[in-house]
Amino acid sequence: MKFDTPAGTNPIDQLKVIGKPTDRIDGPLKTTGAAKYAYEWHEEVPNAAYGYIVGSAIAKGRIGSIDLDEAKAASGVLAIVTAKEAGKLGKGKFNTVKLLAGPDIDHYAQAIAVVVAETFEQARAAAAMVRIDYVRAKGSFDLAEGLKTAPITGGMGDDGKPAPKEDRYGDFEGAYAAAPVKLDERYTTPDQSQAMIEPHASIAAWDGDKLTVWNANQMVDWSRADLATTLGIPKDNVRLISPYVGGGFGSKLWIRADVVMAALGAKAAGRPVKIALPRPFLMNNTPHRPATAQRIRIGTDQAGKITAFAHESGTGDVAGGQPETVTAQSKLLYAGENRLLQRRLAHLDLPESNAMRAPGEAQGLMALEIAMDEMAEKLKIDPIEFRIINDTQVDPMKPEKRFSQRQLTECFRIGAEKFGWSQRNASPGQMRDGRWLIGMGTATAFRGHINTPSKARIRLDAKGIVTVESDMTDIGTGSYTIFAQTAAETMGLPLDKVIVKLGDSTFPVSAGSGGQWGANSGTAGVYAACMKLRELVAERLGLNTADAAFVDGKVRSANRSIALGDAAKGGDIVIEDGIEFGDLDKQMHQATFGAHFVEVGVDAYTGVTRVRRMLAVCAAGRILNPKAARSQVIGAMTMGVGGALMEELAVDRRFGFFVNHDLAGYEVPVHADIPHQEVIFLDEVDATTSPMKAKGVGELGLCGVGAAVANAVYNATGVRIRDYPITLDKHLDRLPAIA
Amino acid sequence: MKPFSYERATTPAEAAAAVQRPGAKFIAGGTNLLDLMKLEIETPQHLVDVGGLNLDRIEPTPEGGLRIGALVTNTDLASDKRVRKDYGVLCRAIVAGASGQLRNKATTAGNLLQRTRCPYFYDTNQPCNKRKPGSGCAAIGGVNRQLGVIGTSDACIATYPGDMAVAMRVLDAAVETVNAAGATRAIPIANFHRLPGSTPHIDTTLQHGELITGVTLPRPLGGTHVYLKVRDRASYAFALVSIAAVIQRDGTGHVAIGGVAPKPWRNEAADAALPQGAKAAASRLFAGARPTPENAFKVPLAERALAAVLAEVKAA
Repeated sequence: MKFDTPAGTNPIDQLKVIGKPTDRIDGPLKTTGAAKYAYEWHEEVPNAAYGYIVGSAIAKGRIGSIDLDEAKAASGVLAIVTAKEAGKLGKGKFNTVKLLAGPDIDHYAQAIAVVVAETFEQARAAAAMVRIDYVRAKGSFDLAEGLKTAPITGGMGDDGKPAPKEDRYGDFEGAYAAAPVKLDERYTTPDQSQAMIEPHASIAAWDGDKLTVWNANQMVDWSRADLATTLGIPKDNVRLISPYVGGGFGSKLWIRADVVMAALGAKAAGRPVKIALPRPFLMNNTPHRPATAQRIRIGTDQAGKITAFAHESGTGDVAGGQPETVTAQSKLLYAGENRLLQRRLAHLDLPESNAMRAPGEAQGLMALEIAMDEMAEKLKIDPIEFRIINDTQVDPMKPEKRFSQRQLTECFRIGAEKFGWSQRNASPGQMRDGRWLIGMGTATAFRGHINTPSKARIRLDAKGIVTVESDMTDIGTGSYTIFAQTAAETMGLPLDKVIVKLGDSTFPVSAGSGGQWGANSGTAGVYAACMKLRELVAERLGLNTADAAFVDGKVRSANRSIALGDAAKGGDIVIEDGIEFGDLDKQMHQATFGAHFVEVGVDAYTGVTRVRRMLAVCAAGRILNPKAARSQVIGAMTMGVGGALMEELAVDRRFGFFVNHDLAGYEVPVHADIPHQEVIFLDEVDATTSPMKAKGVGELGLCGVGAAVANAVYNATGVRIRDYPITLDKHLDRLPAIA
Repeated sequence: MKPFSYERATTPAEAAAAVQRPGAKFIAGGTNLLDLMKLEIETPQHLVDVGGLNLDRIEPTPEGGLRIGALVTNTDLASDKRVRKDYGVLCRAIVAGASGQLRNKATTAGNLLQRTRCPYFYDTNQPCNKRKPGSGCAAIGGVNRQLGVIGTSDACIATYPGDMAVAMRVLDAAVETVNAAGATRAIPIANFHRLPGSTPHIDTTLQHGELITGVTLPRPLGGTHVYLKVRDRASYAFALVSIAAVIQRDGTGHVAIGGVAPKPWRNEAADAALPQGAKAAASRLFAGARPTPENAFKVPLAERALAAVLAEVKAA
């Protein structure tokens, strides 16, 4: 199905199943442990050996020599593979750095060898016996230092061609110089880890030249292709299975060393091999969200209208890497005629940077939305009013291009009312609850909307059961459930008549899970396939497709009512179709919006910040399942609190690695950090996105949260921190004197 | 993890004798040791499991205090009625540490022997004098926001990471031990953990093979008991600074600080200065402090945290 004109009324609009806060259909499997994650296919692969990866102990240099003798002789060892044994390997499209090092080392913990043994303990013990002599080289590990000489670059555009070096519109310098009220501040955000619960994990099994991998993965087709490229085998020879994923946040959009080394180890050992990356290894071996250094300049007139706007960012990456899209939101978020957006990329020899939930916007909004708060204060305008004054329904740089839906002002108005924003004291440092300084903060949430082609296979049997098959993944988001809801709605069935099978490369290629595109694009693919099935059913039953109504498990036309399953009496009907998108997203901007509200307490004595309550109001198209969507948003809000208050991969600038490389050292919020959260979804349908009229919320929920926390901390203390995370040491010396 | 042999001891003397073999170590709850073995930071060749030694009782002492068996779990100790009533600071310190699951396994003696959480100690690719004597200290000049500001040396700036011992320090507890010859002694907690000097790989004054059998608490001090743990997240994090304090109505009292030194940090001069307030006490506690640029905040933080404690006591 080609989607190139806005959707009219369609079966989804019935909202009998879609739009309901349905429990997850895979919930019982997960809560009973029956859902199998990548490392857990014990029955399917009963004879798997265990692989343990040896990572580089240095960040930059080369391997002088490797001595495997002791490790090979260790008990239980079946095989050891290094670059030498592996021979020539390719590099996947989505990997910046080779997944198996040698002789050159590109970063700390880059894989050097895999040891395969009968047991996990044997593999781990033998891995410690691999002796490697390194020749160290000088590396670059300091972002601030690297940015001093880093070039301005637009990086690669979505079309794979170099993007413009910078974005300019109007005369920023002139307008900024003339602006009566202005701000020029710098902000930093640190490197962050996705810190998902399930580590990267794989089982690899060869059958001749055919390879099957069970791999924790968000994007089955991308990764199947990249694995084939890396191993130098045809894509058709690779099957990738990933039906359940224990969180990804971008870290599993691609293949990593676990699956490559499992495949190499399995080949060498002559039997299946399983590998899970240990956390202390994972955090330097796999990509992270890159640190940023940002400068924001805003000029306004006296009434608060933005007349000049500049956002510059600097990030670092290994050779071949890209600048993070930190300024993406700044193209579109606020009105203003004269703007400048610029990015710099420094060369760093740290582990490679790549996507983490809302890449670019997450860091960009952490800075921009503090700047907006600061500017509002300079103007003596309420920060919500300041944002509303500068709200726009059109692209500020291409005014002829409108937003399909943009309810940012509504989000703020409703949120302010619900949260009790009027109770906030505009003068910081004035509200107190015993020992605690109290503050409220707000910020805009904004994340672009992406459409991705998505297919599904649908089977109807004589019992009237519909089975949906797609290589879509469910990374904890609720894909199973919204796919089932979509098929049930379209086919006129209750949910329990729908079976959903996901995450297998033998199924049709879907949108996958990333960039918050999975929900809308994935379900649109299911819808398209179901609509085709309806045609076939009508045909088999001798009904006119246009007249046939699919209701309550029946197909009705005129005075006839036939059980849906009757269409498959002569054999299952199996069809495959999907959604393809026209250029509606080029004709207009499609995006998701929201407003975050946060109240914090800051201990006047110790400077400790604790969140007291949070509210997010989101406008993100049709909400397919409010319960699953709420879970996405509260999880994202929690991640935002982590980013605001504690998360930081601490860089050792001498040795070039992230020092706090486990979940004790890299702190993310625990339950006690998150006392009260509320989420409101505006009643929105966007007919331009797909027949589902939906968008995504998984990344929107994170965008802006950090700044809302930062602004609340400022409102509590009167001390402005522009350097994340906002830990107590950054404002302790500026808090009120103690008795 | 390196292969090791394992035995279960049935009496304290037998355990002390069994651990005489080279490379032997005691194991109780294993909440720290097993992690360290998996990373090959600890590589014992033989483990003597003391779990069956019946050292899991809390009993009154003739002096009016309590004797806590070495194997009493953190959970049982923190929930004991006598501890909750008379040694509140100890109860609060314990529940401020780790998680419920870990506290169910962690023992009193094991907790005293918890090793540092310095990230360089945990990364076997890095030099660390505590892990590998003579290899150097990567934490000095590295990422050390969490590490020590006083009592440290040029060889090591690691902290003792626990909470329970900080409360025991303020209560003047004593650590009871037995050796292979059956000789017992009581080590004042003040002398139990040692400063690193040039030998940071030795954490305590225990002799090899000496087994902790229990911890005694003196008679209750009365007063108001407070344990304030300051950290970046609300739970399941090691202290940046912690304050264990017992304060009397007249403003006198005792205070020990955690998270700042290789041992629970306390001195008599600071206790004597408590009636003059947090600034006076803190200046005595931190005289001679040698913080790094990253962790210099711990000194004013400790003073402010102590002020919070004193204010809380005053208001109570």
